[in-house]
Amino acid sequence: MSIPEGLKYAKTHEWVLIEGDTATIGITAFAQEQLGDITFVELPPAGTSLGSGDEFGSVESVKAASELYSPVSGEVIAVNADLEESPGLINSDPYHGGWMIKVKFSGLSPELLSSADYSKLLEA
Amino acid sequence: MPFIPHTAEETEAMLSLLELKTLDDLFSYIPQEMRPGQFDLPDGLTEYEVIRKLEDMSGRNAGIPLNFMGAGFYNHVIPAAVDALSSRGEFLTAYTPYQAEAAQGTLQAIFEYQTAICRLFEMDVANASVYDGGSAIFEAAMMAVRATRRARLVIDSTVHPLYRKMLSTLTANLHLDIVTITNSDGLTDKNRLIAAIDENTAAVIVQNPTFFGNARDYSDVFEAAKNKGALAILSVYPVMQAVLKTPGEMGADIAVADGQSLGQPLNFGGPYLGIMSCTQKLVRQIPGRIVGRTTDQEGKTGYVLTLQAREQHIRRARATSNICSNQALCALRALMQLCLLGPQGLANAARRSLELAHYAADKIALLPKVAMLNTAPFCNEFAVRLPGKASDAVRKLAKTGILPGVLPGLWYPDADAVLLIACTEKNNEAQIDALVEALRSWSREMVI
Amino acid sequence: MKTVFAKSVSGRLGVMPATPADPAGKFLPASLLRKKAPALPELSELDVVRHFTALSTLNFSVDGNFYPLGSCTMKFNPKAGELVAALPRFANAHPLLPQLPEGEELAQGSLQAVWELEKSLCEINGMNAFTLQPMAGAQGELTGALLIAAYHKAAGNKKNKIICPDSAHGTNPATAALAGYEVINLESQGGLITPEALANVLDDGVAALMMTCPNTLGLFERHLPALVEKLHAVDALLYYDGANLNAVMGRMRVGDVGFDVVHVNLHKTMSTPHGGGGPGSGPVGVSERLTPFLPGPRVVKDPDGRFRLKTDLPQSIGQVTPFYGHFGVFVKALAYIIRLGKSGLARASDYAVLNANYMRKRLEEYLDVPYTDLCMHEFAASASRYAKHGVHALDIAKALLDKGCHAPTIYFPLIVKECLMIEPTETENKETLDAFCDDLIALLQEAEKKPEKLHAAPVTMPVRRLDETKAARDMVLKENV
Repeated sequence: MSIPEGLKYAKTHEWVLIEGDTATIGITAFAQEQLGDITFVELPPAGTSLGSGDEFGSVESVKAASELYSPVSGEVIAVNADLEESPGLINSDPYHGGWMIKVKFSGLSPELLSSADYSKLLEA
Repeated sequence: MPFIPHTAEETEAMLSLLELKTLDDLFSYIPQEMRPGQFDLPDGLTEYEVIRKLEDMSGRNAGIPLNFMGAGFYNHVIPAAVDALSSRGEFLTAYTPYQAEAAQGTLQAIFEYQTAICRLFEMDVANASVYDGGSAIFEAAMMAVRATRRARLVIDSTVHPLYRKMLSTLTANLHLDIVTITNSDGLTDKNRLIAAIDENTAAVIVQNPTFFGNARDYSDVFEAAKNKGALAILSVYPVMQAVLKTPGEMGADIAVADGQSLGQPLNFGGPYLGIMSCTQKLVRQIPGRIVGRTTDQEGKTGYVLTLQAREQHIRRARATSNICSNQALCALRALMQLCLLGPQGLANAARRSLELAHYAADKIALLPKVAMLNTAPFCNEFAVRLPGKASDAVRKLAKTGILPGVLPGLWYPDADAVLLIACTEKNNEAQIDALVEALRSWSREMVI
Repeated sequence: MKTVFAKSVSGRLGVMPATPADPAGKFLPASLLRKKAPALPELSELDVVRHFTALSTLNFSVDGNFYPLGSCTMKFNPKAGELVAALPRFANAHPLLPQLPEGEELAQGSLQAVWELEKSLCEINGMNAFTLQPMAGAQGELTGALLIAAYHKAAGNKKNKIICPDSAHGTNPATAALAGYEVINLESQGGLITPEALANVLDDGVAALMMTCPNTLGLFERHLPALVEKLHAVDALLYYDGANLNAVMGRMRVGDVGFDVVHVNLHKTMSTPHGGGGPGSGPVGVSERLTPFLPGPRVVKDPDGRFRLKTDLPQSIGQVTPFYGHFGVFVKALAYIIRLGKSGLARASDYAVLNANYMRKRLEEYLDVPYTDLCMHEFAASASRYAKHGVHALDIAKALLDKGCHAPTIYFPLIVKECLMIEPTETENKETLDAFCDDLIALLQEAEKKPEKLHAAPVTMPVRRLDETKAARDMVLKENV
């Protein structure tokens, strides 16, 4: 199970990549595997303001659905438009091609985990 | 015991495998104090006795052949093949098609039903059905509330009054603001509908033909709704849709109907069929089951329930609706009806109903002191104002074996003298002549 | 198989219901007419009969196959039910007939059928009154939730929450949310609702607990009296989801043991056919204190034996269906109830429970049946021990289809891993149960040795396993013209 270092992880299985004041958010390899083949992603439009822990969308597979929670607070500045046509990118490439939103962030959730701690969470 | 195949020996063998002595031992987890205080039902009957009992009961309903009752529920011709085919046990006694490979018959039929509805209404997407026309309006309203995140619904008073009552009952705890636009002599001024649509409006809900039978074009109302970011919901009459301007042509976002007129007997109120369709944009908001076409491992075409992640068995409290069972068999009957009649047969039913209603209206309007209520074009149903209480006319005519229509006064103020008269292709000119004569003799008494 | 649209031949006529003289344009202006005719199939009557006969052969059904679908009560649907429901004076009655002046006289038979079914359901369930209006189980639940809300409103109670156990049918939380309530999840302990777990989530804001008994694991909720006491202490009501009523007829009446509201699925317990997904019928019964809130109109019987509609119901929640409910289904249910009578109904539950326990016992060596030594009318078994061979509940389900049996309900309830939920019903004979058990045991043994055979299943059905991901992503939901 891939859990890249250098990313932060939420207990609700989102990952965050911090670059300057921009946070890129997606779901982990574990999350996509649990859901199975993803068929649809609902994401907020750019300009949406999010609080840390807020629901920002949902993912659906054939047999499951899951809400997405923002690990940061801030304003959505970009949305991965490729996911509309190819939601399977989240399955095939969860940490790169399957990214969901970019947020100009003002705060991080205090409960974010390191790669090692997230790995422990999954083992527990 | 009826329907229980076990012999005494088998029962004993099965109990003995379980190391139990009696059937009662199976219920040891139900303590004595929770057992029934009473269970006072009659003894069972034979099949023949049951049939006789229910035949006798049905005989207590009057059989009145001269019937002009409609009000949204119409006695159209149902080809014999609809009953013959829909009563096949393979359709009748199957469950919801959860195991797709063992339910391709039901699944392909639903796919064909969805296709037929989309073509009849000129809409993008149809679901596999909801319960009836009223629950379809309710679900459509909920779709609009979710899609727009607004809570105001503007509804025309010439939408079926019982559907409006259902809408208010079913939404009682949802803090919605339902605004009803009043009519004048059965016709609502479209400008008043347009004026009521504001920036907080989730949807405008209208009906075609209206409860009073008028055919309307709501294109301008729907355009106004679109400009305010509200959705346009149109409830229609499927048979009449063979000839009338379609929901798609008018720009409806959601088109619904009661499918009773497509192959369902009147059945004293049900089961009927809630037809729902919408634009592609709203596909993820439409509740209930939907069938999609796909392929199997070997590339062969097949059908499955799809988009299930919106439904209650997956989304639970966050589902688009709580609907589970729908009206699958009624949808199948509607599909069979549409296939047997074809575009020509359906149009013939609509046209014959139209021409008979106009034949009737032309004659009834000439009766002394009787006035047509409909000032706009109407379809197979129309309302007249009588020179006295319409309920008196119905009471009198029923005694002579004619049911002349229904009474809008049950639901509308100042309508005590109004009678709503419907015709279908099952009526004929001779029946209408008898109705006209009966009304003439009653109204003559009134005038004197 | 080709769709009915692909078989269409332009210009071919089907059944003409009438021969009109005039075009629609004679009565309606062109602006109100559709531009082109709908592209419906153009076929002969025989073409249509062949098409649907062929389609029907692609289905499994109770008439053709053992159908042990848990929670769905796929018992035999007696043929006499179809016959009596089609009696012309029942089938052709217009629903507004009794709402005409003196019209009740014209519909005494239909009104009597409604009244007798209501009374029978009251007696079977120990409730004060029933409404037959709800058109399916889920609508019965919504009606129940609306009745609960009306009760609390009239009592001046401020309630905003409904509790649903984790083993509940998905319709329960979906219904509570649709009725405007916050849904509180209740974790079951050892498969049961315990008074302790309930106490953790119970407060004055709770309007009701929705539960079924036996629950979806097939277990009798043995703490019921303590639950009732705790709920009633805060004036919270108890809702009974009648999905599992087939387990307890004649052995327990929900009204006697403290339930305030119940819905019954006539298409399950009372043997009316499922029709490939509906129509159902979900009558709702209530205790005395909820009776004033029932939807109307109500059918009442006068002292002279005449039936009439009562519309003066000042506290009624309104109407959840345009008329009286799915009358065509009522006639079948009534025929079933009077055919079986008192002892027949009780025997139905006895044998439903016997059949389920017999199968449980025969299978318990091969599947894990959590929590119980004695189930009610169904049981939930876990196939998780086969997961290490890569064989999952889905594979087992598909392999059963190849044996000519419908699969059990799978992956429900959610709290049992790799769940197979089996409900045989009372109408199946011992040979059928034995054959199913033999087939299933053979499949499970094969799962350990040749798992690939189960992965390949089904191989004898009209189609192999279908690509559901493709269906959801491509969304081909109709045939294009």
